[in-house]
Amino acid sequence: MTEPATIIPRHPHYFLDYADAARAQLAQSFRLWGVTLWPGADVPPALVYLAAAVVGCAVIIGVLCLTVMVLVYLERKVSGHIQSRLGPMYVGWHGVLQSIADVFKLLAKEDLIPDNALRFLYSFAPALVLVGAFAPFAALPFAQNLVMANMDIGLFYIIGFASIEVIGVIMAGWASSSKWSLFGGMRLAAQMMSYELPLGLSVMTIIILAGSLNLNDIVMRQETLPYVLQSPFGLIAFILYYIAGLASAKRAPFDLPEAESELVSGFHTEYSGMRFGFFFLAEYASMTLISAVGSLVFLGGWNFPFSGDGRVIVGLLQLGVKTAVLLMLMLWLRWTLPRIRIDQVMHMCFKVLLPLGMICVLGAGIEAVSGAHAVMWALVLLLVAATYIIGRKSNSFAPARAKGHL
Amino acid sequence: MSPQTVIFYCLAVIIILSAVIATFARNIVNAAYGLFFTLLALGGVYVLLRADFLAVTQIVIYVGGILVLLLFGILLTNRRLEDLIISGQRSSLLGVVMGCVIFAVLLAIIFYARWPQSENAQLEGTTAPLGYLLLQNFLLPFEFSSITLLAALLGASYLVRPSERD
Repeated sequence: MTEPATIIPRHPHYFLDYADAARAQLAQSFRLWGVTLWPGADVPPALVYLAAAVVGCAVIIGVLCLTVMVLVYLERKVSGHIQSRLGPMYVGWHGVLQSIADVFKLLAKEDLIPDNALRFLYSFAPALVLVGAFAPFAALPFAQNLVMANMDIGLFYIIGFASIEVIGVIMAGWASSSKWSLFGGMRLAAQMMSYELPLGLSVMTIIILAGSLNLNDIVMRQETLPYVLQSPFGLIAFILYYIAGLASAKRAPFDLPEAESELVSGFHTEYSGMRFGFFFLAEYASMTLISAVGSLVFLGGWNFPFSGDGRVIVGLLQLGVKTAVLLMLMLWLRWTLPRIRIDQVMHMCFKVLLPLGMICVLGAGIEAVSGAHAVMWALVLLLVAATYIIGRKSNSFAPARAKGHL
Repeated sequence: MSPQTVIFYCLAVIIILSAVIATFARNIVNAAYGLFFTLLALGGVYVLLRADFLAVTQIVIYVGGILVLLLFGILLTNRRLEDLIISGQRSSLLGVVMGCVIFAVLLAIIFYARWPQSENAQLEGTTAPLGYLLLQNFLLPFEFSSITLLAALLGASYLVRPSERD
């Protein structure tokens, strides 16, 4: 048996090492510029860590807020045009300043707390949801090495922090002391928890194929072909990932946690002003996250079709275009598919996506060991064709009749 | 004082305060959220110990799994503040004695156990070594625990399934 220590791949900068490199760089730059920022030889490490963290967070939050504003405008505009309306037209040219006007409206609104609400939890919940939505961006490589924390466990961390959002949502639904909020919170918690399983399994497929949890590594391995084209299971996993992602970002057709026609607006019914704004921001941020991770893990991220090795601008543009396409697809789906019932949501998750995800993981394991990509493609295409032909004759894939639902 | 020490003491204060809330809160919701902060800050301690995989696992399993299930259970009970935690049988004397014994045992462990110490903590990832260890040296315990969990899952679904007559 081989000693584990000899086979472990080492990463050049890991966690705090990254900040150490930054510190050395910073100290050198200051010396080059002839500036003595700190009496003594070096800038103290703690200060650099702190500065790096604050600057990184500020940049990410700033860029994200801008993205969300553009996304909200686009959502309204695209929705409008799909429904043969014009969408926002009055504020600025074709309504481009509408989002800014909305932000000011939200900031200026009164922050109401209902009498019966549990005050502390009620005011804390939006912050928690926002943390859950924003924290994963710290591990997202926007281009090669353009990442705040180049962690070994990057992908695991991103998937894992979604659970903090669930807690925040439950907290909001509970603390509002309103039935609509409670129902919305309960539905969303059930939905997000269930769809974490197929989401995890679909990502696991790629982890097995890539042999790494580090997002930089995963993207580097897609230089010639992204995983959707490399392996049939990559393609199936991508479809699973996108559906599960829609569900965990509570987008249509899975938007029943805030179904306007039934639940007013779900778990954030009682919120107003900027606290409501936080939920809004978190929702669009998690949409962006789902799309960005999807394009990194499955579509080659910043490294396909043009190599992003050492070319930050090319990488950023490629990732941006892919993310934007996935986001647009979300907007398009919203006005194409009807909202599904809660029992259909659960049926879909546990009886369709979960078994498919397990097949993907198994197949990816076989493929990673054997390396027979072409054989796998042929096998899977044959299976899909056979299933299609058999499925047309029997009606066994129809969802079960509605029984009790939430 | 190094920044690590400062962060450690901040986390320690959060852990102790929220654990006290989780233990002594009469309202079950407050207790659950106290537990949330305890578990989260414990994840932070793992990060300080350079056990990044363990830290995220802590968040995923304890915060994302167990605590969400717990809160879900509370959500489904419709009463709010009347839900006080009072166990049926109480013997304060026995409780105090047991608490003191457990505390003494924990103190003894903390002060007398020989913790493995390394001079230079390594900064490389723990994920790959964990994977190799789990699938090479500790394959049997790993598989055994997964089969135990599977059995528990099957048992739970057997217990809650609707009866045949319905």
